[in-house]
Amino acid sequence: MIAQILAVLIFLAMFLLIITEKFERHVITLCCGALTLIFVFGVCMRSVDAIMETLNVHSIFTLDFWYHVGESSESSSGINWATIIFIAGMMIMVEGMALVGFFRWLCMKIANMVHYKTIPIFITFMLMSAVLAMFIDSITVILFLAAVTVELAQLLKFNPVPMILSEIFCANLGGSATMCGDPPNIIIGTSLGYSFADFITNTGVMAGISLVVIIVYFYFVFRKELKSSTKGDIDVTNYPDPKEAIKDKRGFIISCMIFFLAVALLITHAQTGLTVAFIGLFIAVLTLIAATRNVGKIMRKVDYKTILFFVGLFVVVGGLEQTGILEVIAEFIGEISGGNAKLMIAIIIWVSAVASAFVDNIPFAATMIPVIRSLEVTQNISLSVLAWALSMGTDIGGSATPIGASANVVGTSVAARGGYPIGWGKYCLKVVPATIIVLLISTFYIFARYL
Amino acid sequence: MSKQLIISVSREFGSGGHIVAQHLAKKFELPLYNRNLLKEITIEKNWDLKELEKYDELSRKPLFSRTIRGYSNSPEENIANLQFEYLQKKADQGKSFVIVGRCAESVLKKYDALVSIFVLADVDTKIKRIMETHEISKLEAELMMKRYDRERKAYHNYYCVHKWGDSRNYDICVNSSRLGFECTANVLEEYIRERMERR
Repeated sequence: MIAQILAVLIFLAMFLLIITEKFERHVITLCCGALTLIFVFGVCMRSVDAIMETLNVHSIFTLDFWYHVGESSESSSGINWATIIFIAGMMIMVEGMALVGFFRWLCMKIANMVHYKTIPIFITFMLMSAVLAMFIDSITVILFLAAVTVELAQLLKFNPVPMILSEIFCANLGGSATMCGDPPNIIIGTSLGYSFADFITNTGVMAGISLVVIIVYFYFVFRKELKSSTKGDIDVTNYPDPKEAIKDKRGFIISCMIFFLAVALLITHAQTGLTVAFIGLFIAVLTLIAATRNVGKIMRKVDYKTILFFVGLFVVVGGLEQTGILEVIAEFIGEISGGNAKLMIAIIIWVSAVASAFVDNIPFAATMIPVIRSLEVTQNISLSVLAWALSMGTDIGGSATPIGASANVVGTSVAARGGYPIGWGKYCLKVVPATIIVLLISTFYIFARYL
Repeated sequence: MSKQLIISVSREFGSGGHIVAQHLAKKFELPLYNRNLLKEITIEKNWDLKELEKYDELSRKPLFSRTIRGYSNSPEENIANLQFEYLQKKADQGKSFVIVGRCAESVLKKYDALVSIFVLADVDTKIKRIMETHEISKLEAELMMKRYDRERKAYHNYYCVHKWGDSRNYDICVNSSRLGFECTANVLEEYIRERMERR
């Protein structure tokens, strides 16, 4: 009992400290993780097994961690090293791509292809944001897209805010479509043993339908603002040549090849048996070999703080899991839904969405995974259905406010730095309805297809 | 003026710090920056002032914003940083000016040309002045004074290591109630000229 109370207190303290931003979030999760190991597992539970299980280092040295053939299986609890290695690997690849100018080139090329016309840029950038975010972390996608959007706005004299808001939303939506698109999905996929194909054929379908509806929605919501700036002919000769964005032609070609290889490996990982941890490490090694001269530069840019944040977070959530407190939460959800599967799914989606709109969706998803595992056992609902509900809830709910997801923070920050500050009112007025639309689509889709 | 001179004037609400700054700007024939700093930035960058000025000199709202990989989405923080960078750019270019507020005493601390001043005043004097300037009651003036000072303090203390109004953070702190605005400016002028001669 004391261990449970302590685990909950540490978890709540971690959440509150993350929200207040008094300290960097990786420092918070690592300190709280250390407290969990010492006091919850050490002092209260006196369990070396719980510590070892939560640290989960032994899993890295098993063949299954790198290569897995046959039916997917649930991985053990504690630190999800597969997520961490995959995210680190993808970060290295993305930094390699950014270094040679890939993202800027892509944005400028697409703007150039649509002859710098505002509405076509608006639509193609939304699509590009969603497609890129399926494979690359949404922070990087938005960082480059928003920066180019602000730059184009200065050149073409349009207000970039509608475009940036749509790009942010579509990045989160695209991220929800695949296993590697959004951190909650990576955690869900690796923790519960789902493949890329599992995600794309389930959350991917929901995201695809939603994307079509959302493009139409944003077009109607923003058409007046965008049309007011499209008057007059545009002389494209003065605009930057996309080729100028490429800093190293050889490196650019190699980066593109590595990116497409990563996409191919991810799409086929259920067939090849290569795990996401293997793919992450393999792609990182390839990137570093290809960019030997810039290894230092790439490694310095890697966001090691996020990696450390994940390590601490998994330990704290492990504390909740080992003490059985998450099973209590699962029982509570089961009780209030009275065993009604539809109500339970609706609770998972909408509670996840509301929570993710205000707090970081990564710790939320990590905490909810043991909860849905318990729900599967106690309430006899398919784990995959609960997983898709959790995925859509956390990924899409995060779009609702400027602080809900990392892409929102980075996008609105780039806009503010470019002279276009976006307050909560302006943001929520347009994005909250879009979030509700997608959540409704997801809820009804899950009801219709699975229940 | 051959030597670069930057005068930063921090102030309590109602202390007349702004008027003292105006006098100093006139005496040293320097441009005075306060709210117009943001206007100058928006003109230079071709931005919309209306969109930006509502976030001027405000502290970040911690629960309503986040920072990811060094990117903060607080409009207040971004506008503040824009102004800090602009002030530093001006100082780097060797320009002389008077700046009111905007954490200038901390932001420009490394420049030898900086003379940092904090203007305070007695509470009664401040309330009386606020009542006259804004044509409001005593209670309203008191509330207004408290609110503005709270906002300025929060703004300053968020971006700076040293606390707002802490005498150790300024070259000179002066109570404008004692000598009045013009005479206070005269005394400060003497101090600044002496500082410039010794540089």
